[in-house]
Amino acid sequence: MIIAEPKPIDEIIDSLKDFNRILVAGCDGCVTVCEAGGMKEVEVVASALRIYFKQAGRAVTVDEISLTRQCDRPYTAQLADKIDQYDAVLSLACGVGVQFLAEDYKNKPIFPGVNTCFMGGTEEKGLWTERCQGCGKCILANTGGICPIARCSKRMLNGPCGGSSDGRCEVNKDIACGWHLIYERLKELGQLDRFETPTDPKDWNTSRDGGPRKVIKEVSRL
Amino acid sequence: MSTTPLYSKLQKILAAGHFGVTSECGPPRSCDPKGVEEKARMIGDYVDAINVTDNQTAVVRQCSLASCIRIKQMGYDPVLQMVTRDRNRIALQSDLLGAGSFGINNILCLTGDHQSFGDHPNAANVFDLDSTQLVQTVKKMRDEGKLLSGFELKECPQMFIGAAENPFADPFEIRVSRLAKKVAAGAQFIQTQCIYNIPKFKQWMQGVVDRGLDEKVYIMAGMTPMKGVGMAKYMKNRVPGMDVPDDLIKRLSGVPKEKQAEEGIKICIEQIQELKEVKGVKGFHIMAIEWEEKVPEIVQQAGLYPRPKVD
Repeated sequence: MIIAEPKPIDEIIDSLKDFNRILVAGCDGCVTVCEAGGMKEVEVVASALRIYFKQAGRAVTVDEISLTRQCDRPYTAQLADKIDQYDAVLSLACGVGVQFLAEDYKNKPIFPGVNTCFMGGTEEKGLWTERCQGCGKCILANTGGICPIARCSKRMLNGPCGGSSDGRCEVNKDIACGWHLIYERLKELGQLDRFETPTDPKDWNTSRDGGPRKVIKEVSRL
Repeated sequence: MSTTPLYSKLQKILAAGHFGVTSECGPPRSCDPKGVEEKARMIGDYVDAINVTDNQTAVVRQCSLASCIRIKQMGYDPVLQMVTRDRNRIALQSDLLGAGSFGINNILCLTGDHQSFGDHPNAANVFDLDSTQLVQTVKKMRDEGKLLSGFELKECPQMFIGAAENPFADPFEIRVSRLAKKVAAGAQFIQTQCIYNIPKFKQWMQGVVDRGLDEKVYIMAGMTPMKGVGMAKYMKNRVPGMDVPDDLIKRLSGVPKEKQAEEGIKICIEQIQELKEVKGVKGFHIMAIEWEEKVPEIVQQAGLYPRPKVD
């Protein structure tokens, strides 16, 4: 899923302090799971805003909603009959959701309420970690199911580097060395022979090829 | 050893069966033209080639290529160090063409320290290639006369290709395999991480010899003299991938502070003497960090002077 974290409330207040009718819009997708922008967080942020405006002596309407998904037009369309009641929207969705709302409601300022971080999973309660950088050409088949692009601090394809120590990355002892993990896993799988063949320079064409990337599934377009 | 053409003085000396000796100079953090010149003049006659570091520890310095050109023009042989942290394959190949145009003919291919260690920890890194892929790239340009794109070069860089290896990094059991991988990619010489743990280095070297890799690549043992017990502790605790045994720290602590530098040089010389006897060790890379003036003394006292002459 897309992992995000809430923006500091001061930054949010700074964006919204001059508006009078504000809608805080959460998303029931990824940001709900990673506890950054679901209905629960909508309530928390909305309360904080109300307290701020009350203390500032301003009568500001702050309403709450959460959409099934903000990255999908049938769901963003659910705001169509309400949007005119507001002069600003705070979206707690990931950057995709914020942009979809901005595209769909062109005359309405949409502000981000979270920092969108990465694609990852729930490691344990309250801890989410990165697994994929969406390079567009998956090499997990060759690396024991562990991604060196996401897991190695230097994105090395022929690691580990000389800084790997006790299974930890040179950058920080809190970071597992991605290549150490790959090595252990290949050993487990009896595939260590893969280790000595140099991996050629990667084709990054599917990763940063200039402009937003597209995926087209023709059969769905018929 | 591979029978490819002999590209550089260092390669010729190694091919003739002599111990090779290299040292390094770190360029200044300014436009000062004299920094590199002075260091090169200090060590030039005591080594076969002078490595020039490429923004080592991710700190901005005068560029390696410009410094190598300066050294080349002084009549010494530079080893162009190149890290893949800061430049993509376009910039790296461009620099290789530029280096080739000045007759620079040794290269050391590195991935480079992570930028978080340097003076610009907020910089975006590149890492389009890694060190092994840079080795492949130089080899392709030299042997096939092609860029990675396939574009044919009219004149190719004539490079003796080197890489680094850290025998002390983890997991230890793959360090020989990783060397084999770099050799498969085209590395002809290796300059190792600084060696302090001699038994562990010997264990790695035995693995290298057992696989016959010492017949395929020249291993140059990396040596860095300790200036004192403070440096030894810093290296042990703060520098990634460094293995400094406690008995070395103990030995340095056992002499008065003002004698520690001298003791550090003595240890370095003793270790070179010991490593000369280790099968597969073909030379020494002396990294006297901001202490280049000690290189002549180390080379002389380790019995590596005068340097052999080759055509």
